[in-house]
Amino acid sequence: MITAVLQFAQVGAGATLIQTLVKALALGSVYVLIALGFVIIFKATQVLNFAAGALSMAGAMFMTILISDGGFPLLPFANPLAPAEGETAGIVLFFVHVLIALALAAILGLVIERVAIRPMVGQPLFAMAVITLGIEIAIRPFNLDATALEGRQLGVPWGANSWDWGGAVVPKSYLVAVIVAAIAGVSVLFFFRTKLGVAMRAVAFDQEAAMAQGINVGRVFAIAWAMGTALAALGAIVYGMAPFPPGGSVSQEIHPLLALRVLPVIVLGGLDSVAGAIYGGLIIATAEVFAGQYLSQWNSTLGSGYSTIVPYLVMLFMLLVKPYGLFGTPEIRRV
Amino acid sequence: MLEVANLEVVYNEVILVLRGLSLQVPDGQIVALLGSNGAGKTTTARAITGLLDVHEGKSTKGSVTWNGTEITEHLPAKIVEGGISQVMEGRRIFGELTVDENLSCGAFTNRANMDANYDRVMDLFPRLKERNTQVAGYLSGGEQQMLAIGRALMADPKLLILDEPSLGLAPMLIEQIRDIIVDINKQGVSVLLIEQNAMMALSIADFGYVMESGKVVMDGPAQKLLNDEDVQEFYLGLHGDGGERKSFRDVKHYKRRKRWLS
Ligand SMILES: Nc1ncnc2c1ncn2[C@@H]1O[C@H](COP(=O)(O)OP(=O)(O)OP(=O)(O)O)[C@@H](O)[C@H]1O
Ligand SMILES: [Mg+2]
Repeated sequence: MITAVLQFAQVGAGATLIQTLVKALALGSVYVLIALGFVIIFKATQVLNFAAGALSMAGAMFMTILISDGGFPLLPFANPLAPAEGETAGIVLFFVHVLIALALAAILGLVIERVAIRPMVGQPLFAMAVITLGIEIAIRPFNLDATALEGRQLGVPWGANSWDWGGAVVPKSYLVAVIVAAIAGVSVLFFFRTKLGVAMRAVAFDQEAAMAQGINVGRVFAIAWAMGTALAALGAIVYGMAPFPPGGSVSQEIHPLLALRVLPVIVLGGLDSVAGAIYGGLIIATAEVFAGQYLSQWNSTLGSGYSTIVPYLVMLFMLLVKPYGLFGTPEIRRV
Repeated sequence: MLEVANLEVVYNEVILVLRGLSLQVPDGQIVALLGSNGAGKTTTARAITGLLDVHEGKSTKGSVTWNGTEITEHLPAKIVEGGISQVMEGRRIFGELTVDENLSCGAFTNRANMDANYDRVMDLFPRLKERNTQVAGYLSGGEQQMLAIGRALMADPKLLILDEPSLGLAPMLIEQIRDIIVDINKQGVSVLLIEQNAMMALSIADFGYVMESGKVVMDGPAQKLLNDEDVQEFYLGLHGDGGERKSFRDVKHYKRRKRWLS
């Protein structure tokens, strides 16, 4: 306890604040990515995807298979972890592998949609949600089999290194998380302006009227599942970079629960709102990280428990004040 | 030419709504389909455009044929691609999308000629041009109807089905919409005009059908229907004594016609 206080004094209140803020932003980025995955699938298909946990983890698993085992055997890439730290080629290769992992995750999403979701279209929404829960349960054992007990390594070319911003320790991975989420968010917003994206919003607004325009609703569903799965996977991959809690690995303990922790985010932001996913992710992560940093100092009864509880408190409060979230659509249309 | 022959439609496997409906829309004509609430007009439109599925409906007998090809079981996208577009009852514009985005949805199956079709729609509806970046949900009822028609035209259809385009519009707007339908028809688009406003529909139609309880109970050239006493009494309220609305079947001069059942 004394050492902790000493350390706190050494770092200084200002630096601690900066560190906490950056950490909140980084965690928020992970939440935003996974929340966007939920929102796109829900918006297009009205299905709340409870398989997001297993699907996102599977996507992160693809990434570890691609890189930790010395590169995917069929691809001419070397192990991106091999180049010396800071080497541009290694970093580029790393992100090429991320894109391949996302493509694989997208294909997994397509298969799930085709096999388990499409045949069930028209079933009550609750039944659909339970079906996704079944998918979660079916995929989870594969994930757990594939991860060793202590998790699969997910090394990054920049390691666990950090910058020193006037005494504040800022891990490079945190900045990567923020940039990746920003690029993904902008891409999603851009997608919604394209032909297919406009069609997806049309399907979300009025499925039958969209069909009457000749929009292929099945294709829109497939694309939503592909995108939603890839975004969730991206969130899980980013979360596997040290110094996020799984410590540079896809963890058997932490990763399966990651998507569940995003539920307060989408309730806060609104199930069908992209802006809601972004604001919700940042707000919940900020509340969580600040509670972990400051509430546990102020009163140590719960320790790190504060950071677990606070997101749900924020969510409960929001449900009382605005039942459809910050940006959600009040009534869910259904044909 | 569109040909509906002895069509039967059942909802939820039990509710028989169309009972052997037959009608034709020859190329280049405006054909009116009249009938009171619940007669099955919207169901007819759904059956032609492949939208029964969404409503747990199924055609159990008969056929829909378009230019010689049977399309009864085709998917909506294929039917739109084939040249049949529908302006659905209640307009059904995408309220959260802009006017331009709504129009872009209409062009989903016909991207190649999008610019030409867009210009044509804007010529027909200058009002939409002024509001092209506005969110469609904030348009007035008349503008929304124009958008719904414009959106359907973006697919460059050869047959346009309009389901009660006059619904909820002021008389002046109804006249405007009517004139626009005539203009569209002059550009070479056949029109199936579903209406409760019989006067409006018959005033521009070449031919008319009156349906009740899922089948056609009367048909003929529009002018003849306009002059028909039964139609006048029941739909135009010309001889009515202001009492309760009778069923068309009860109007005394009415004679059942069965020739399409042969
Ligand atoms: N999805 C559905 N499921 C069951 N019955 C339906 C469905 N849609 C319509 N019906 C029934 O079919 C009959 C015909 O309906 P339809 O909407 O085709 O009539 P309409 O002529 O268009 O009437 P309106 O002038 O009121 O629009 C009605 O009795 C209606 O209750
Ligand atoms: Mg109707």
